[in-house]
Amino acid sequence: MTTAVDMRHYVRSDKIEASPPPTLSRGPLAWMRENLFSSPLNALLTLAVLYLLYVIIPPVVRFLFLDAVWTGTDRAACREDMVGHPVGACWAFVVEKINFFTYGSYPAPERWRVNIFFLLLAIGVGWLLWLRAPRRDLGAVYFFWVFPIASYILLTGGNADFGLGFWIKFAVVGLVLIGLLAGAASLLGTSIRTALIAAAAIVAAVGVTLAFIDWDFGLLPVPTSLWGGILVTLLVATVGIVFSLPFGILLALGRRSKLPILRLASVIFIEFVRGVPLITVLIMANTMLPLFLPPDTGVDRLVRPLVGTAIFASAYMAEVVRGGLQAMPKGQYEGAMSLGLNYPQMMVFIILPQALRIVIPGIVNTFIGLFKDTSLVSVVGIFDLIRAIESSRIDPNWAAPTISYTGYAFAALFYFIFCWGMSRYSIGVERRLAAGQTR
Amino acid sequence: MKKAIASIAFGLLTAGLITTGASAQATLGSVKQKGYLTCGSNTGLAGFGLPDAQGNWTGLDVEFCRAIAAAIFDDPTKVRFIPLAAKDRFTALQSGEVDVLSRNSTVTMSRDTQLGLDFPAVNYYDGQGFMVRKKLGVSSAKELNGASICTQQGTTTELNLADYFRANNMKYEVVAFATSDETFKAYDAGRCDAFTTDASGLYAERLRASNPDDHIVLPEIISKEPLGPAVRHGDNQWADIVRWTFNAMLDAEELGVTKANVDQMKSSDNPEIKRLLGTEGKFGEAIGLTNDWAVRIIKHIGNYGESFERNVGEGSKLKIKRGQNALWTKGGLQYGLPIR
Repeated sequence: MTTAVDMRHYVRSDKIEASPPPTLSRGPLAWMRENLFSSPLNALLTLAVLYLLYVIIPPVVRFLFLDAVWTGTDRAACREDMVGHPVGACWAFVVEKINFFTYGSYPAPERWRVNIFFLLLAIGVGWLLWLRAPRRDLGAVYFFWVFPIASYILLTGGNADFGLGFWIKFAVVGLVLIGLLAGAASLLGTSIRTALIAAAAIVAAVGVTLAFIDWDFGLLPVPTSLWGGILVTLLVATVGIVFSLPFGILLALGRRSKLPILRLASVIFIEFVRGVPLITVLIMANTMLPLFLPPDTGVDRLVRPLVGTAIFASAYMAEVVRGGLQAMPKGQYEGAMSLGLNYPQMMVFIILPQALRIVIPGIVNTFIGLFKDTSLVSVVGIFDLIRAIESSRIDPNWAAPTISYTGYAFAALFYFIFCWGMSRYSIGVERRLAAGQTR
Repeated sequence: MKKAIASIAFGLLTAGLITTGASAQATLGSVKQKGYLTCGSNTGLAGFGLPDAQGNWTGLDVEFCRAIAAAIFDDPTKVRFIPLAAKDRFTALQSGEVDVLSRNSTVTMSRDTQLGLDFPAVNYYDGQGFMVRKKLGVSSAKELNGASICTQQGTTTELNLADYFRANNMKYEVVAFATSDETFKAYDAGRCDAFTTDASGLYAERLRASNPDDHIVLPEIISKEPLGPAVRHGDNQWADIVRWTFNAMLDAEELGVTKANVDQMKSSDNPEIKRLLGTEGKFGEAIGLTNDWAVRIIKHIGNYGESFERNVGEGSKLKIKRGQNALWTKGGLQYGLPIR
């Protein structure tokens, strides 16, 4: 028995237009309901946050941009009683002082040298950090050898003037070193030729470095007491960052080493340096150290805090790296050893690449902390950016109620740009290195 | 000059640590050999020691260092300034890092006798003063009975204030803040009737007020803060150079010798001017310099009055009155010792 129904009349041949979803399950309203007002508590929190933003953002925008003064030559431009309307940030002050903020007291005709230093630094950092840059091995040579020498010559003027006696001593020490290495090689039964080449290369590298420092390029010498501002801030941060990672790794390996004296020395160094505040190290270096040294043999006033911050950052870095080393499963070590790798090979090829990847957030955290800690050198009278701003904001030519806030806003902007840049870069590296781990 | 108690304790401690200090007996020799003078300066104090927009150091204390350099080298640029925080300044001098400290330091007996220092001169007589609003109608600190006063916590300023009001049997209400910025901001916003700090600082702060003309500085000075350059104890020749550099600047002002007329003045018949400018006598050689040492100072820097007006007085933004720093002939305390 069949029902005599003509199916063609029942089945639509074309699709019904889909009716829109209920307004409360899609669109901005729904998004807000789901993400902002999903429960009474969340609704309350959202309103509280909105109110806070309403309280904070408009005055800040008004101060920094709308009421801000962009041009002017002295305090008259930035005073409410003289211009007749409310005055916010006085950017004219920053414009006028920007040279002092950048170079400190570095002599004006010589400031091109600092500019070249900034350029060389940017090239070095870019070369090393841009992962697809050509010849990154050469970049490392540039950054760790060519760049420091060039910076030293540019900034100080070079011409260390060692004298003939120094070079005679250097030649003797160099020859002795080459002889010793060759002797050691023949005792150990390894290739004497390789040892000779290695020793000669080391002596030549040191010799070339010293020769450049010694050479008179005809640049006006600029004592470090004249350096200041962003130049000093970047210098302290760069030296701290560049030295802290290798030293930190060595200290971490030393602390995990099976050799008792090495381990003890590393532990004492790390714990001692971590146990004192940075400010104590700096005051010790800049105030107390000269008392114990004979007069006229003092180390340069800028080098002392440089060494202080580098040592300090190394100790912190060592603990970060140790965290990574301890996170490595024992199997990794055993696997490496079963392949017949010796200790340096095991560390360089198997353990460190994995351990360092784990602790990238910690490393970058230390770098960012260090970058901001450089402002502490201002306490011992080094004219870094903070000190330059501090002494500019009390300039009677620019005495106005908002000058201090403007100066500090500029400092905040500077530090934020650098720290945020470091943070973004590290996120990129983490993503790239974690490609094999994504689930 | 505000001196935190901690900095004194620190100074005493370090003075105890070093027995003789870096007793560089021949500072002059080492300065000549280096080819420049190292001068401990303030890290930043308007009118006294402050780098300008180009990074050149300016100010009354800074110019005094330049005057010493001018006397020795005939070149006021042969100075290296080492900015020193209050707590570092005396150790930097003791350790030989600086040859002279010209950094608005108050001369006190304990500093002179226990820290191994000498203060050859007083180049600025400062003292604690008061600033009030004009509309308060007060013209003397004696009329501040019952006033609320903004001051900075934990400084000698606060203690001097208590002493002064107790001595004058007046009541007051202290409103203290941690930093000088906060303190002045509170006063500017009307939190208190009066603001107190060192008189030189009052003029600098007044410029930062939202309406500088609404405020006046009262004439009373309630504490003694003689500020002066310091040198290491034990090098008498060097102390002499610093002392007489300052006195030459004072004498020049008293005798009317200025930066502009110093060359004409060389032919003056006045015996005092002749001795000052070295056309008579050998006073320069007696302190290890050349006989035209004072000419060099005046030609490059000017006399004390010129330096004062240029840096803190009417020629500057601060507009501090000469007051106690006027010459003794004009009712002040600056008394140039005779060169003879």
